[in-house]
Amino acid sequence: METTAPQLFKITFDGIEIEVPPGTTIMQAARKIAEADSTKMHLAPPAMCYYEPLKGSGGKCRACLVKVTAGSAKDPRPMPKLVPSCITAVQDGMIVENTTNEAVVETRKGIVEFLLLNHPLDCPVCDQAGECHLQDFAFEHGRVQTRYEEERRTFDKQDIGPYVQLHMTRCILCYRCVFTADQITNKRVHGVMNRGDHAEISTYIEKAIDNDFSGNVIDVCPVGALTDKTYRFKNRVWFTKPVEAHCDCEKCSGNVTLWYRGDEVIRVTARKNEWGEVKEFICNTCRFERKKTSDWTIEGPTKVARYSVIMANKYRADLKKPDFGLKVAASQYKQIDDSRPFVTDNEAIRELSKENNAKANQRSLAEKN
Amino acid sequence: MPVKILTEHINVPGINTFEVYRKMGGYTAVEKALKTMTPDEIVEEVKKSGVRGRGGAGFPMGMKWSFLAKPEGVPRYLVCNADESEPGTFKDHYLMKNNPHLLIEGMIVSSFALGANKSFIYVRGELMYVIHILEKAIAEAKAAGLLGKNILGSGYDLELVVQPGGGAYICGEETALLESLEGKRGNPRNKPPFPAVKGLYQCPTVVNNVESIANTPWIVNNGGEAYAALGVGRSTGTKLISVSGHVNKPGVYEIPLGITVEDFIYADEWCGGIRPGHHLKAVVAGGSSVPILPANLILTLANGDKRLMTYESLSDGGFATGTMLGSGGFIVMDETTCIVRNTLTFARFYHHESCGQCSPCREGTGWMDKVLDRIEHGKGNMRDIDLLVDVAKKIEGNTICPLGDAAAWPVSAAIRHFRHEFEWHVTHPLEATKPGAVYRGEMELV
Repeated sequence: METTAPQLFKITFDGIEIEVPPGTTIMQAARKIAEADSTKMHLAPPAMCYYEPLKGSGGKCRACLVKVTAGSAKDPRPMPKLVPSCITAVQDGMIVENTTNEAVVETRKGIVEFLLLNHPLDCPVCDQAGECHLQDFAFEHGRVQTRYEEERRTFDKQDIGPYVQLHMTRCILCYRCVFTADQITNKRVHGVMNRGDHAEISTYIEKAIDNDFSGNVIDVCPVGALTDKTYRFKNRVWFTKPVEAHCDCEKCSGNVTLWYRGDEVIRVTARKNEWGEVKEFICNTCRFERKKTSDWTIEGPTKVARYSVIMANKYRADLKKPDFGLKVAASQYKQIDDSRPFVTDNEAIRELSKENNAKANQRSLAEKN
Repeated sequence: MPVKILTEHINVPGINTFEVYRKMGGYTAVEKALKTMTPDEIVEEVKKSGVRGRGGAGFPMGMKWSFLAKPEGVPRYLVCNADESEPGTFKDHYLMKNNPHLLIEGMIVSSFALGANKSFIYVRGELMYVIHILEKAIAEAKAAGLLGKNILGSGYDLELVVQPGGGAYICGEETALLESLEGKRGNPRNKPPFPAVKGLYQCPTVVNNVESIANTPWIVNNGGEAYAALGVGRSTGTKLISVSGHVNKPGVYEIPLGITVEDFIYADEWCGGIRPGHHLKAVVAGGSSVPILPANLILTLANGDKRLMTYESLSDGGFATGTMLGSGGFIVMDETTCIVRNTLTFARFYHHESCGQCSPCREGTGWMDKVLDRIEHGKGNMRDIDLLVDVAKKIEGNTICPLGDAAAWPVSAAIRHFRHEFEWHVTHPLEATKPGAVYRGEMELV
């Protein structure tokens, strides 16, 4: 690709210069910066609806809004509004401000607040907790407290088939599942019904989703609106160990991630990249039916970002082992020469504590005044 | 008597029939355009006329037409936006109902100018009877050889389709309208690409308001310069204003752009003044989405001059002391109107009509509606007023389409100019929740 591109566009993103081929979006350029240097991960704008493998996604959640302070080298006027970085193509000489712009940071706080308005804060009982994009987004960009005092919107429960659990109340209407059903399955039977904050993902007349690739909607869902019925309430993601595995599957590539709890495979998902995007979509047979280690060829542990909660309690290869630490401590042991008098007299100890108490009382009095 | 372009013959009995319309000089523009002019000449005349889009945004129509991409072998479309559903605006309805042939003549001329062989009129679903009127008029025009194949022997073909919408406000936004026309869910598209490049079925498309298109026959007949001679500055021609509220004579008026707002409200020729025994309190000048202005600001500019009914004068002073001409839905309120209740009504409308695609509008409109509802019913507190301003600020400019702005502006403007009424609702909940209660404290009336 690089060789056929006639020229590269030079853009400045948060003060970092990068050259990208024409047609790249601001988001892709920012991710390129982050991929080159893992200390700059936080610079990439958050994406709640944009999903690179899905054509036409993006532009809806407004989480990735950035400020363009110079449109291009030819026309260096700033863009009047904040622009969605996921669908805005770069121009040569464009200057973009993301984390360095006050308005962007403030707007993003607002977006978090909007997304959480009607989202139930039931993370403790939600299967998505720990790998939820909204959780991450709110933690990284949101404000601590909500100002929303009104009643939250809820939906009636709906059964959409034996494999996928729909919990509409948690949905943030990113449309990813709709695009997935449109683009990787033959026939889409679900979509968005109604309007405004009553819009809901639904199958027409609650018709069950019955398709070999329908399970992928679980992987693309950024929140816990679409979850795996075979995994429901079985475990928390941070207690499980992800392992890369593959199998010979006639329907899909067979490249998956197995999630182990002890010796048991409790969940199968597609492999995801560092942005939480599926690398290859997998079929329902792999996802829901092959739940024995003997079904798979194991490749090795999955790389998980260090800050992820999934890392908790495991894969501490780079940490020093405790017995090793003890040995070091033992070798460095020296008797400390303490010249202070060793008080054994009870009376003396009492005196000392009285003194200390009086000092403490004085201090707290002074603080009060 | 001022020149009337759109409503000159509107009261002639039977003007909705082909014979009478033709007798009154109708369809001469089609003859002139198809027989003596080239499409580019018509575009040039429209450009010269300086006519601005009458749907609300006021974008120059000639410029919009000249942006239309013209790749080889790709059809181009003209779509007439007759999905008029802004609260307070009912001019297109009036025009289509009474004089359907004017719109059809405009569509033929405009389609010819743009090189479109299939054009659409997207009519709001609630106006089913208007759709029947339009379809009858199209059938009459077709029978007379003004539509269909080889119109008037010029070799130009045009098919005109009337498409009823489902009655969603959002489908008046041009890209949502195109989605709806394609048979999809009426969600606005992300721009760019603009419809002039990729519109209906991914082909170059121009979307124009009914009133804009209805102006084109006059421009073709009389020339763009004659049109530009009417009006003031960059606000050329005439404008249909739909007046509702506490005036003596509400209705649709065709005004030459450039008369003063004071004249428009008080002159007998137009609204005929505020109803007897009452005083002007506030005006929403361009349909529910534009900022509300108190009486003193709508009549005079910040510098003391009289405010005119033009695009520029109404927006003079930005949103601090100005508003917009918008779609011409002129809502007049006297001192019996509770601004909080009025704002709640608008907010509820936008909450109901948000398409739910992008998060600030989907969640924010509902939030503002609920908070306003609390304030109106005496359950608000002072913090809520600032909260509303902040929420409106977070929605404004951050959404895919202008519905977010339209929902945010009325709320922030009402608080900007009538904050004391909101505070009164908070501090006097018992009085404020009585039926028909209105703030009677200090306020500037005219």
